[in-house]
Amino acid sequence: MTHDVRSPEAVERATARPAASGPARRGRSASVRMRLEILFFVGPALLLFLFFVVWPIVKAVQFSFYRWKGFGPLVDFVGLKNYALVLQNEVFTDAVVHNLVIVVMSIVLQLPLGLAIALLLNRKMWGQGLLRTIIFVPYVLAEVIAGVVWFQLLQPQYGVVDTMLASIGLEGPAQGWLGTPEYALGTVIVVLTWKYLGLAVILFLAGLQGVPDELHEAAQIDGASWWQVQRRITIPLLGPTIRTWMFLSMIGSLQLFDMVWILTKGGPANATTTMATFLITEGTKRHNYGTAAAASVILFVIALVLALTYQRFVLRRDVAEPTARKKATR
Amino acid sequence: MRPTRLATTVAIAASAALLAGCSSSGDDPSADGDVTITWWHNSNTGEGKDFYDDVAAEFEADHPGVTVEVSAMQHEDMLTKLDAAFQSGDAPSVYMERGGGELADHVEAGLTKDLTDVAGDTIDKLGGSVAGWQVDGHTYGLPFSLGVVGFWYNKSLFAEAGIDTPPTTQAELDDAVTKLKAAGIDPISVGAGDKWPAAHYWYYYAMRECSQDVLSDAVGTLDFSDPCFVRAGEDLEELVGTEPFNPGFLSTPAQSGPTSASGLLATGKVAMELAGHWEPGVMQGLTEDEQGLGDDTGWFPFPEIDGGEGAQDAALGGGDAWAVSQDAPDEAVDFVQYLLSDDVQKRFAELDMGLPTNATASQYVSDPSLAQLLEVRDSAPYVQLYFDTAFGPSVGGAMNDAIALMFAGQATPQDVVDATQAAADAEM
Repeated sequence: MTHDVRSPEAVERATARPAASGPARRGRSASVRMRLEILFFVGPALLLFLFFVVWPIVKAVQFSFYRWKGFGPLVDFVGLKNYALVLQNEVFTDAVVHNLVIVVMSIVLQLPLGLAIALLLNRKMWGQGLLRTIIFVPYVLAEVIAGVVWFQLLQPQYGVVDTMLASIGLEGPAQGWLGTPEYALGTVIVVLTWKYLGLAVILFLAGLQGVPDELHEAAQIDGASWWQVQRRITIPLLGPTIRTWMFLSMIGSLQLFDMVWILTKGGPANATTTMATFLITEGTKRHNYGTAAAASVILFVIALVLALTYQRFVLRRDVAEPTARKKATR
Repeated sequence: MRPTRLATTVAIAASAALLAGCSSSGDDPSADGDVTITWWHNSNTGEGKDFYDDVAAEFEADHPGVTVEVSAMQHEDMLTKLDAAFQSGDAPSVYMERGGGELADHVEAGLTKDLTDVAGDTIDKLGGSVAGWQVDGHTYGLPFSLGVVGFWYNKSLFAEAGIDTPPTTQAELDDAVTKLKAAGIDPISVGAGDKWPAAHYWYYYAMRECSQDVLSDAVGTLDFSDPCFVRAGEDLEELVGTEPFNPGFLSTPAQSGPTSASGLLATGKVAMELAGHWEPGVMQGLTEDEQGLGDDTGWFPFPEIDGGEGAQDAALGGGDAWAVSQDAPDEAVDFVQYLLSDDVQKRFAELDMGLPTNATASQYVSDPSLAQLLEVRDSAPYVQLYFDTAFGPSVGGAMNDAIALMFAGQATPQDVVDATQAAADAEM
């Protein structure tokens, strides 16, 4: 999920400001010392990165070329057959579609909702702190715990949701919200929205702090309504934050596993499988580690291509903008 | 600039500590010539755990110089750790083996010891029970508990619906379902969310429709072309068509929580469930008074069907065996034989920990339901190992997936056979 959450402002500042401010010319020895220092501080992290990120990726690529049960030596080399198996597997191609649906729906639902809530909470009002906490709590809650709670709430017939529906004379689907193939994915998306809306709101709120008050005042003096101020000033200035949040949301949606695993295990009738649940099932349940590795490499490539494309075409604007704008306005 | 200095010092110290942490490695305890047997089992609570600790201590007392290191783990944890242990080549000396295709994979990878000769006497004593743990005529595991699957039911709910005797044929089962529904009771719970509980229905129909020869051929050759497999699916489709299952069965888990299939039976929300010998124990864990259904617990075997080619009294089942990893010391073989001895199996039976395989111990099972199961098991013409276990995780998993799809109305009888065959062909 979106673990790597840094304040988008921090990201921007770090990348936007060119390192031109270093004025001093130092001696040769100083620069060597500097390099050693960098090596010393980066070293441990780099080692961990190589060991826990790069090495597993290399191993996964290696496994993906073999038929392997998870134990014994790697001997049964099958070339690209595992990739063919995965790409021809209807469950996997459906999983890709589910992932894309979740990517799109997360943004479509959370962006307007998150923006609206952030704009509301940014106004001075009673109970502001409490409301912010309430909105943010689901995000802080461990995913597994949230999943188990929702699983119980959504139980057919005996769950809280169905009981409440029954009390107002409505009836949930006979197989339950999570047990009906047509509703299961939608239900999972609702739970995901509940869980991750808090992150969007908190990021947008942080972004709103960076919108200077003077602009609001100036606009108000010019007679702009509250709505006009939000539309013409606040939201455009929030652009970089929104784009960073979208990036985190997309990567999280592509790698989605925990919530689906707890709510539905990818069922019913494979209606909610994601790429991650597919590869876990193939690997740890069925002991087809070669196929699972191929699926994981495909997931990695999809996520990487998407991330790079997004950075190249969307996030780059945010990096280039401040300097360009400065030049243009002077 | 004191604060900066201080911060730098702290950072350097932290980095150094981190580096040191990376380079340090676990040092091996020095070998002192004595033999250590590591033993993993899943009786990690109460009397069962104490019993196994006692057994290990007794073996140590009888064999000076031998230490038995016991690790009692929760079942799922144990399976995960076993997979990891086999991957790393650091497997425990004595572990639980489920048999079938998984065992065949372990044997092929040279991970588990051939017990045929070294434990010959014990194998003879266990008789036909070891069939599930044999590969190419060699025996690799000594089953200590072998159970059968059947319907567990709630006696008072059956009485409430006016069902006097448990059904013995498919027609009677359908009749019971109709009566229960008329009485406003959900007839059957099934944990189709976990897939294997749903798959057990298909397995049983296949056993009723297919002769034993066809089934044992299928296990050996992975050929599912006999039409009886399609008929099994048709039987199941008819059953699903009568809508006998609890609402939401497609996402119902097997055993976890009060709304699981076992939980629904234990709390009187449904009248029956198809499950194995573990069910009373599971139900006890799911009720507050730890009684499960108590005196209302009843059991009847899977019904017979008209015109099936299979043995109508054959039982589906499976169990757990003790196996010895390839590199384990010879004493580990003595230890598993001790675990199957008359005395240890008798105490195992007395604690109702399972259905003992050593015939001398059968008489000590005190739980009436378990005793009834034992009778069914021992009088059955044969006990078919769960198909998913028998075929191994890859084929078995594909089979269970397809059967679960059939429960959702998204697969035909032919689809189940095709999906299974496709996975089987990929194995070849």
